[in-house]
Amino acid sequence: MNKDALIPSVGVVTDIRKDTPDVKTFRVVGLDGKKPFEHIPGQCAFLSMPGVGEALFSITSSPTNEEYLEFSIKKCGCVTEWLHQMEVGQQITIRGPYGNGFPVETAFKGKDMVFIAGGIGLAPLRSVINYVRDKRENYGKVTIVYGSRSDADLVDYEEIKNEWIGEKDFNVYLTIDRETETWDGHVGFVPNYVKDIGLDNTATAVLCGPPIMIKFTLANLQELGFKTSQIYTTLELKMKCAIGKCGRCNVGDKYVCKDGPVFRCDELNELPNEY
Amino acid sequence: MMKISVKNLPELYAKIAEENSLYIPINNKGNVNFKKWEQGALVDLDRLKTVKSAKDVFFPQSQDLVNFEVNGKEIKVGEQVLPTDKQVIFGVRGCDAKSFEILDMAFLEDFGDKFYEARRENTTIITLACGRPDEACFCKVYGIDAADPKGDITTWIVDGYLYWMPNNDKGYDLTAKVKDLFALGNDDDKVEAYKTEIRSIIDKLPYSHLNLKGFDAEHLMEKFDSKKWNELSEACLGCGTCTFVCPTCQCYDIKDFKTNKGVERFRCWDSCMFSDFTKCAHGNPRTTQLQRFRQRFMHKLVYFHSNHGVYSCVGCGRCVQKCPSMLNIVKVIKALGEDNKDE
Amino acid sequence: MQKISAEMKKRASELLASGEVSRVIGWAEGDFCYDCSPATFTAENIDKLVYTDFCGANLSKYLIKESKKEGKILVFLKPCDTYSFNQLIQEHRIVRENIYVIGIPCDGKLDYDKFKFFDIEGVLGAESNGNELTVDTIYGKKTVNKEEVMLEKCLCCKGKKHMVYDELIGEEGELKESSRFSMVEKLEAMTEDERYAFWQGELSKCIRCNACRNVCPACSCENCVFDNPESNIASKANANEFEEKLFHIIRAWHVAGRCTDCGECSRVCPQNIPLHLLNRKFIKDMNTFYGEYQAGEDTETRAPLNSYKLNDREAYEFDKEGK
Repeated sequence: MNKDALIPSVGVVTDIRKDTPDVKTFRVVGLDGKKPFEHIPGQCAFLSMPGVGEALFSITSSPTNEEYLEFSIKKCGCVTEWLHQMEVGQQITIRGPYGNGFPVETAFKGKDMVFIAGGIGLAPLRSVINYVRDKRENYGKVTIVYGSRSDADLVDYEEIKNEWIGEKDFNVYLTIDRETETWDGHVGFVPNYVKDIGLDNTATAVLCGPPIMIKFTLANLQELGFKTSQIYTTLELKMKCAIGKCGRCNVGDKYVCKDGPVFRCDELNELPNEY
Repeated sequence: MMKISVKNLPELYAKIAEENSLYIPINNKGNVNFKKWEQGALVDLDRLKTVKSAKDVFFPQSQDLVNFEVNGKEIKVGEQVLPTDKQVIFGVRGCDAKSFEILDMAFLEDFGDKFYEARRENTTIITLACGRPDEACFCKVYGIDAADPKGDITTWIVDGYLYWMPNNDKGYDLTAKVKDLFALGNDDDKVEAYKTEIRSIIDKLPYSHLNLKGFDAEHLMEKFDSKKWNELSEACLGCGTCTFVCPTCQCYDIKDFKTNKGVERFRCWDSCMFSDFTKCAHGNPRTTQLQRFRQRFMHKLVYFHSNHGVYSCVGCGRCVQKCPSMLNIVKVIKALGEDNKDE
Repeated sequence: MQKISAEMKKRASELLASGEVSRVIGWAEGDFCYDCSPATFTAENIDKLVYTDFCGANLSKYLIKESKKEGKILVFLKPCDTYSFNQLIQEHRIVRENIYVIGIPCDGKLDYDKFKFFDIEGVLGAESNGNELTVDTIYGKKTVNKEEVMLEKCLCCKGKKHMVYDELIGEEGELKESSRFSMVEKLEAMTEDERYAFWQGELSKCIRCNACRNVCPACSCENCVFDNPESNIASKANANEFEEKLFHIIRAWHVAGRCTDCGECSRVCPQNIPLHLLNRKFIKDMNTFYGEYQAGEDTETRAPLNSYKLNDREAYEFDKEGK
């Protein structure tokens, strides 16, 4: 049937993993038990509980995963609070995928990659990082810099520890904001750590995290010799439709839902600073 | 060209309403708005501007999208119910008629909106030339000819007669159903003279020659960064009057409403002027009224133009007459335009 | 009117020049006679200040924001605007020491929306001469009785007396008896069904633009309950016909006792809903039950709903009287 884009389908939550005190990762399949739809890393989908509301989340799982979609969601509003209290087996509604996604098959191909994330900002990057792992031959060296408030707040820490760190030509740098008793790794903010590591400025960088982290990391990357045309980021603004019509997620004449959420920083610099 | 005496128009309305929902300007205690016609309704084709534009007919203030049934952990998504009503909208002025083309760009391009599309397909538009344009009209600026407004059928009221001219298949179809009520009018000269008169009035209107040069993608940052936004927006109350009377404003919100039969998800008009429009759990990119005000006019005069090649304004002048603080798009055009560059 | 306007401009320029005030809030000229808008001025743009028959806007509410900025601001207040000013002082919403009030006279302001009832279209200018108003239009000159095109609030004028000022332009005015409750009395005399039909007809016109709320000096919540998505009553749509009624009735309750009857709600309503009638019903009832009270008359008297007296009547007493 010729369904309107605003009308969702039903999905089933088949697994809920508690990542941090306020982040959970939800595994979602369609009513037929299969992956609800194909996507590109960096794209988003709307999840909702009727009566509670609908909210947009980036798809955390890689497209190479053929069984399900995953969403890592931080508790910070009424929809996310509801999602956090639900149990496995719960049905929710889902529509998507939306947005442009990362240029994994074009601009990123053959490049050394640097992924820099802060807090829940790892969610959209996890999709592209795992994609790169599964298509290892298409990409060069991979550097990951990831920081959070504390070690307990590192999203997907198990996967990072057990899978990413051992991956061939993968360099993983983790940091937390303040010392804790359980952490013996690096302590300090992501932007500074990026500078200390001394990244190779010929690589392509992908940033995601809180605005303040983006701002300082961007400045430090440029200091290291990265051009803005080598740096990508993904934006998040309030959305209701995700199809460029509800009118609230624009940055200048671009809609984050349709023209983004992935932007190259030199493109972003030409737009009003309203994000 | 066919004609019907204005006295006999109620018969025409009744005939159209036999097979269609007829939307027409109706006077309710002095306020005129497009409403569904019923026998005895106070039709008012003389009032130049309805308070709200005609956009409700395609984009109603509130539209049910889908119903959900929630049972324990299970959710059932109800069937999509698209509007099937055959509609006729009568008495649309040139500016509002043009607004439908602009709304089409917003609603029908990529991820076409099925609800809007269905209404658009099911509706026949009958336009009416503006005999007495007013001081706040500036449709001419956008190339609209209020003397000969585009529509499926165009009409003119001259000397007690309504002249009727179908322009396309939709127009001819409706004409075939109502033609018995009309006489053949060999008054083309009369209508032509009427058009000429309207055009000459419009040419002399105070806002008919506003200069839109420089409102384009190329000057996006220059317009955005202008220092004049502060002065332009300072009296803005942050209400939605301009948005809700505007023929081209199309922003919406989606909300859930719990009914006794489950949850109804509906879409309703929203306004970029409202303080919570872009507010979300993790912040708000537009926290001041200046930013919200700027967004509305940048969207109409620069962003929409950059994306679609036309302005999202039709010069109806409703905002000029309805803003509680008397701020409006003309003041923005004048202040930021080429004729008045930042000193 | 031109004389007053010139005097206002002169005083504003003097006060700006002397440094007594750093900014002025008044009305800026527009393109037509009717589109002057509230604006702030400094010495640079004070020449754009005007005062005309269309300066109906009550500038008091803007002071919530403006009086918190640095420096003193000069505000021009018409007699009715001074009630809102006092009320805002009483509610600690504006900073008195940052404001210099000049009271200006008013002969009643015009309602552009009413011109259409007299087939006045294409308005270019308007000039009043006593009770007569001559409107210059694209289609020629038209003359109407000024009262017929005045704002509703001016037809129920409380008088020409300013409740507060630091300086006055013109003479000290006097209070006036008005018949402002006559429509409320008519509504009270209706049967319940008639009254319901009246409000149903009026409130169903509402488009939820929130202009009434945003312009209202008494609606001064930092964050309105109707803007809070978590309140579960936030809605911008007339999802069902109950919604607008709920909105307006809650709003009327919320401002009861604080509403000075400034009439801004009805002035700005794009659908011309007589919203002031809801507020006036409350005012009339409070007058009946607790004695005459006019919000904003001064800054000290406690409002009847905010104070308790031993002889306050109880609910059952009202019932007994069938009110």
